[in-house]
Amino acid sequence: MMTLKVNGQDHQIDADPDTPLLYVLRDDLKLNAAKFGCGLGQCGACTVIVDGKAVFSCVTPLVLLEGKQVTTLEGLGSVAAPAPIQRAFMEEQAAQCGYCIAGMMMRAQALLQRNSKPTDDEVRAELAPHLCRCGTHMRILRAVHRAARLMDTAELTPERKGSAQ
Amino acid sequence: MNSPVMLDRRSVLVGAGALIVSFSLTPGFAQHQDVPSPTPPASPPGSLKISPYLDSWIRIDADDSVTVFTGKAELGQGFKTAFQQIAAEELDVPFASLAVVTADTGRTANEGYTAGSHSMQDSGTAIQNAAAQARALLVGEAAKRFDLPAESLRTENGAVIAPDGRRLGYGELVVSDLLHVQAQPKSQLKDPATFKVMGQSIPRVDIPGKVTGGEAYVQDMRLPGMVHARVVRPPSYGAQLIDCDTSAVEKMPGVVKVVRDGNFLAVVAAKEFQSIKAMNALSAAAKWQENVRLPKQDDLASVVTSLPSQDSVIFQRSDPSAVAQKTLEATYTRPYQSHGSIGPSCAVAHLADGKMTVWTHTQGVYPDRQAIAQMLRMPQDAMRLIHTEGSGCYGHNGADDAAADAALIARAMPGTPVRVQWMREQEHAWEPYGPAMVTKLKASLEAGGKIADWNFEVWSNTHSMRPGGAGCLLAAQHMAQAFAVPPAKPLPLPEGGGDRNAIPLYTFPNAHIVHHFIPDMPLRISAMRSLGAYHNVFSIESFMDELAGLAGADPVEFRLKHLDDQRGRDVIAKAAEGFGWRAGERPPPGRGFGFAFARYKNLAAYCAVASEVEINRETGRARLVRAVAAVDSGQVVNPDGLTNQVEGAIVQSMSWTLYESVSFDDKRITSIDWQTYPILRFDAVPDRIDVHIINRPGQPFLGSGETGQGPAAASLANAIAHATGKRLRDLPLTRKRIKDAIDA
Amino acid sequence: MRTSGIIGGLIAALVIGGAAFAFAIVWRPALATIDPAARQSFDPEMVKRGRELAALGNCNDCHTLRGAKDFAGGLPVPTPFGTIFSTNITPDPETGIGRWSEEAFRRAMRTGVDREGHHLYPTFPYDHFTNVTDDDDRALYAFLMTREPVVAPARANELPFPLNQRVVVAGWKLLFLRPETYQPDSTKSVEWNRGAYLVEGLAHCGACHTPRNALGAERASASFAGGESDYWSAYAINAQSPAPVPWDAEALYFYLRNGWHPDHGTARGPMAQVVSNLSSVPASDVHAIATYMAGVFGPPAPERNREAVVARAKPDEGKTSQAHPEGAAIYAAACASCHESGRQPPYGGVNLALSTAVNAPDPRNLANIVLAGVRPVEGERSPIMPGFAASMNDTQVAALLNYLRSRFTSQPPWHDLEKTIEEARRTQTAFLQTSAGARSAPADPAQRDKP
Repeated sequence: MMTLKVNGQDHQIDADPDTPLLYVLRDDLKLNAAKFGCGLGQCGACTVIVDGKAVFSCVTPLVLLEGKQVTTLEGLGSVAAPAPIQRAFMEEQAAQCGYCIAGMMMRAQALLQRNSKPTDDEVRAELAPHLCRCGTHMRILRAVHRAARLMDTAELTPERKGSAQ
Repeated sequence: MNSPVMLDRRSVLVGAGALIVSFSLTPGFAQHQDVPSPTPPASPPGSLKISPYLDSWIRIDADDSVTVFTGKAELGQGFKTAFQQIAAEELDVPFASLAVVTADTGRTANEGYTAGSHSMQDSGTAIQNAAAQARALLVGEAAKRFDLPAESLRTENGAVIAPDGRRLGYGELVVSDLLHVQAQPKSQLKDPATFKVMGQSIPRVDIPGKVTGGEAYVQDMRLPGMVHARVVRPPSYGAQLIDCDTSAVEKMPGVVKVVRDGNFLAVVAAKEFQSIKAMNALSAAAKWQENVRLPKQDDLASVVTSLPSQDSVIFQRSDPSAVAQKTLEATYTRPYQSHGSIGPSCAVAHLADGKMTVWTHTQGVYPDRQAIAQMLRMPQDAMRLIHTEGSGCYGHNGADDAAADAALIARAMPGTPVRVQWMREQEHAWEPYGPAMVTKLKASLEAGGKIADWNFEVWSNTHSMRPGGAGCLLAAQHMAQAFAVPPAKPLPLPEGGGDRNAIPLYTFPNAHIVHHFIPDMPLRISAMRSLGAYHNVFSIESFMDELAGLAGADPVEFRLKHLDDQRGRDVIAKAAEGFGWRAGERPPPGRGFGFAFARYKNLAAYCAVASEVEINRETGRARLVRAVAAVDSGQVVNPDGLTNQVEGAIVQSMSWTLYESVSFDDKRITSIDWQTYPILRFDAVPDRIDVHIINRPGQPFLGSGETGQGPAAASLANAIAHATGKRLRDLPLTRKRIKDAIDA
Repeated sequence: MRTSGIIGGLIAALVIGGAAFAFAIVWRPALATIDPAARQSFDPEMVKRGRELAALGNCNDCHTLRGAKDFAGGLPVPTPFGTIFSTNITPDPETGIGRWSEEAFRRAMRTGVDREGHHLYPTFPYDHFTNVTDDDDRALYAFLMTREPVVAPARANELPFPLNQRVVVAGWKLLFLRPETYQPDSTKSVEWNRGAYLVEGLAHCGACHTPRNALGAERASASFAGGESDYWSAYAINAQSPAPVPWDAEALYFYLRNGWHPDHGTARGPMAQVVSNLSSVPASDVHAIATYMAGVFGPPAPERNREAVVARAKPDEGKTSQAHPEGAAIYAAACASCHESGRQPPYGGVNLALSTAVNAPDPRNLANIVLAGVRPVEGERSPIMPGFAASMNDTQVAALLNYLRSRFTSQPPWHDLEKTIEEARRTQTAFLQTSAGARSAPADPAQRDKP
């Protein structure tokens, strides 16, 4: 039994310490956003934020997470009250099948939290660990830049601000 | 072996003669006409033909809610939104008041497979006409109740309105059997000029859920009491399970059951990670005898062309007045390529009270039900398949097989819902690949620089081994009472399979096109986005550039010179204009421009793509800098959705074309993850892609989900040839191949 | 050769030399400019040979900046004394070497003097290149002069006074540059001699793998005893090699040619670029290098065979796990899924009992790899390992490394592990975050496997 802090809430988890975070999120906490893509850290579909950094939840065992804060896409916002990154992906229609998108968004969110105005090269380099098979890349890039602008505006209007943790 | 060969006219004639006699012609496939033009429908349009009752498409409830039913499956193309737009438009109801139900053997029509860019054409057309006819019936009913002539009434926001302002909501108007009538061949469709919902870029209905962590995929399903299963696949095709001590695995934490049926091996556990650990243990315990010998990967072209084939001339035209002067020959090859879904295939199955329900991302709930029912030796009536969206599949991937896996395991656990997801390695190793292909082209120019004769031969497998019976399903092939893989059949023209788009849309005075259909399938193959059109268009459009070079002509002008189809000419002109194509323009150092065009299947959407690439001459690395596409898919329903599809096609095709090939040794598939089957990453994404749409109001919907694959590939290849001066004909056009060509 | 110690020697050289440096020692004439030669004026065969030689010399590695044009220079080489930037060696007439004659090029290779007569810093390893023959210099010149000219002005080095005075380099040379010292050994085979010529000359293996003395020059008495490069430890490649299974000529050839070996794992760090280049040169040259280096390693100890090494680390009896419970749990969860999957390298993780990184005296490379992982090469089959910098803190990495050391080797525990990890995190992840491109070697020389 360990305590895992996810999206601001403490959860008592009954799983082996070698269980990757991905399965705890999906199986125990019934969260959908982090996806199984490869289980090998090769595709990025499982990405979540841990203490402000994007990590592959499929190769991050519970044993590493004692005392750390986990944020998933669900923790950023909702359909009714989307976070800037979520609004940006909706406004740019930046998905086809959308299976990879949650992971992309979490890495982009982590990037924007530490660098509010990334260059296009920086966004591309940051997203390099992530695969998209539908070819939605152009829209994803646009959405990340839009999110940067929205977050910028959100800082001026605090009620719209959505952020991790 | 595949560099162009210059032949003089005499040897061309001799060669051509020899060519004809060496084929065993199958007259059944031969066609001696141009692209077949659709005959005017005497039956109702689109899929109304197969399911003519209006209420099988549209249901209106007393509370005014409207539900649209489609037998097609949303695969990430966004057509669910487009269907909602079509129905809202023709019914005159608010967009948001509609719900769309997709493929479900319990609820929707049997529209076969969601494939071949047919969704808009078949289902979209059916919904449009059904909605228009339903509206007419509602107006008729209102006319009766108002006692006014129907012509005096109008519809708006889900109600029929009389000239005096009285209104009757659709919910009030729908009496028991109002919509339970057969569709008429003709509908009173709206004037496209009055469209309010169609033609608009309405945001997709599924995206908000997908970007907020909603339950969006079959992978996200959680039924009460559901357990998790993993399959242990054999190490190679045809391997036999000779020994497996399951006792240790059965004692592992959470393990509920080990299922073994012949060579089918699976383990079920309470939690997902427990099932994975158990799968690893089970895999280690399993002893297999491997049997199959795979062909040599590095000599695939000879392997493919030497397999026994059924040959047919699929197109023939002659005009002896065209006199050949200069001749060019070339061979183009394509390796096996992988669908490479990001999310491995998944399904949930539940056997309760003798009824089996399977939630699956199959592209055909009805055919898959038939196949699974046959595998389980159950009546089809006792089985329901519900399409539930999964990760994008781009054709026939492991989805149907995962459904069969889930059903086979669920049968062993009555009353318990079972979720199966494949592992990454299983998806890569066991999905049915896009088949390897070889094309051989030979053409001559006449004195004026026009093409005098055109010879095209394509060697390929079938491009569909979708479940037509249990034998297509892995689980059924592996179980003790195994089902044999059914014999492969070529997909008939005009759509074709391996010969899809083998007949060029261009007009040549002499043309001879041969399809070598290869029944043997050394690797498991099936439908992959655009089927044979990808390689055939790559070949035709690369060769058109080679011929333009021989003629000293600009590639765009050369194409227009041979194309009569006005809509084709329009997309070519549009793409060239959008790109800023100028004949003879020299690109900046290290760069090249390329152009290509096709009409998908010669009967769906038109697409032209112009590309600019940059080549690093030191490394050979090619980078697509920008691409400009023009597309004509008839009446446009959702411009942004169409743009998204074409953008995606260009990017995906670029990945296929530059990087991708399935690898294997003499026994096993060796490309089993993203290390060994690399695809495009963000580093190589172009600076920009522009898509120009030519809208054709009132014209039929033309499928556009696959139209970009071939032109994008050839446009890229042509730009690489332009930049390097070297023509590459073997896919993929890897960094190494480009570098070797530059250094040669 | 991108080593920090070199600069330290410069200061000393300045002091030692003092007034003794006569004008004649320091001064070198400018050589006449030429009109850039037409590409077509070079024999294609010679260009081809030059391409292979440039690959053997690893020229692209230092002279190409991530995301920029090949051979256009600009790569920062950090040293404790400041930063030196590599220069543009494309034939651009103004900012490259387009106006250099072949004589000027050869002088730079032989004696480290540029066309205008300036002394070059020994980050350019002319102490090795001095051994390159006239014919090979001619071919290299032909290759470079037929590259795409790129306008890329040299960036000013960031060095403090007096190191920013190039005259000090003359003093360093006086002490350490031994021009044209390579002599064939007639008692050895042709292949061995070819290998010696390449290793000691153009391939400049010692620049990274030989330790440097207090003055920043390679210690002749400790050839190949291990050095460093870009915050990576360059292992000893002589009899002191820490590789658990000894190298022999066959293994060396396979590794240098393919970038990995089943008994040793996958090349990474700066070595990834080297093996990427070696995959494009004549096989005979790689064989020659392997033959020569096998002699440097000496005869392999028979008891250190693969079976013995693997057996030592076979199943964890639980002893190590008890001593390092956290590290054991991390290994089981984050590492074993690839390193014990049964899949062979390079796509399966190497058995860590075979890993030089785990057995080496310096934990730096292991820390680098754990934190930064191995990035894929765009569009090419290549190994991928996820980095754990974001998911493990320094304590967790230390716990893991201690466990690996204890379970997979019979070497003593590392000291100062946390300091090394902290430094690795700084040097590796800072590079990750600031670098423009993420594509990596080995297969693409434009991109570098500096995770």
